[in-house]
Amino acid sequence: MAVVSCPECGANVEIPGDAIVGEIIVCPECGVELEVTGLDPAAVTLAAEVEEDWGE
Amino acid sequence: MRIGVLISRVRVEEKYIVQALEARGVDFELIDVRQVKFDLQAADQWKQYDVILDRCVSQSQAVSILQVLGSWGIPCVNRAEVVQVCGDKLNTSLALVAHGVPMPRTCVAYTPEAALEAIEEMGYPVVLKPAVGSWGRLLAKINDRDAAEAIIEHKSTLGSYQHSIFYIQEYVDKPGRDIRTFVVGDETICGITRSSEHWITNTARGGQSAECPITPEIDRLSQAAAQAVGGGVVAIDLLETHDGQLLVNEVNHTMEFRNSIAPTGVDIPGRIVDYAIQIGEGKHSGGNGAHAGQAATTIGGQA
Repeated sequence: MAVVSCPECGANVEIPGDAIVGEIIVCPECGVELEVTGLDPAAVTLAAEVEEDWGE
Repeated sequence: MRIGVLISRVRVEEKYIVQALEARGVDFELIDVRQVKFDLQAADQWKQYDVILDRCVSQSQAVSILQVLGSWGIPCVNRAEVVQVCGDKLNTSLALVAHGVPMPRTCVAYTPEAALEAIEEMGYPVVLKPAVGSWGRLLAKINDRDAAEAIIEHKSTLGSYQHSIFYIQEYVDKPGRDIRTFVVGDETICGITRSSEHWITNTARGGQSAECPITPEIDRLSQAAAQAVGGGVVAIDLLETHDGQLLVNEVNHTMEFRNSIAPTGVDIPGRIVDYAIQIGEGKHSGGNGAHAGQAATTIGGQA
């Protein structure tokens, strides 16, 4: 399990072993949504904000 | 068999779908729509896919991509026409009306003055919804004229141009819950109730899910709604009235199901993947080809 730094608050964020690129995870410290952008090495970025036409 | 899965945000649902694909040993590729570019005269690289499974959260991007792929003859779950109908509540309502599917009384107006008139004619409370959007966002239950005037002014002033199309629905005083059913192809595979003390019962807004048995009436309405929007893989939201009538409220084309697997015991991602494989193998047409305005079937005697 890799650990990355939250780009919002700097907290350590664990990337689950079964994570896939594009997955959304939540920072346990500040609650911001992060998108997994790489696995080797592990990397995250702030996830895009919900847009008006998003939905199910 | 090679499946392309359109994604833009990998949620729990997409991970479950990936697991279902892996469990079946299917060759697949996740296609991030943010990286998609089409040369419209060069379809060959896309024809490697036997079927496309759309799990994109952006309705406008999904429609455009599915239109391109569909025009090249690549089967899509769901088809662009289905996403276009489901992704816009006005289109959904038109399709339901055209097929005689019972739904809450609905009006549409294009100016603040006309919207206020329509609301007053309908009687309070009413619900104002953005035509495009999901997860219970920006829904407004309007209980009186003061609230109507305020909400309409806010929408006119602060909203995008889409909010100047006023989609107005009668408020259905449901019994603290609504029903969501899942239709895959021509089968209603399961259903849940979503309960909440709040009038918005979406699980994204905290509604609690429990299994809902599929009665013949629920099955009939679910099938009718799915047919009305063009078929495929859809989730139907049903409202119960106090006199026991069921009304179709919305139809969702890339439904979330994380809270529906445990209460129903149904492998929803597995059923979606199995259906996509069938479409890819040409064993199923992928929908009924009906569009809003085409009354292929009618039920309830309202058409």
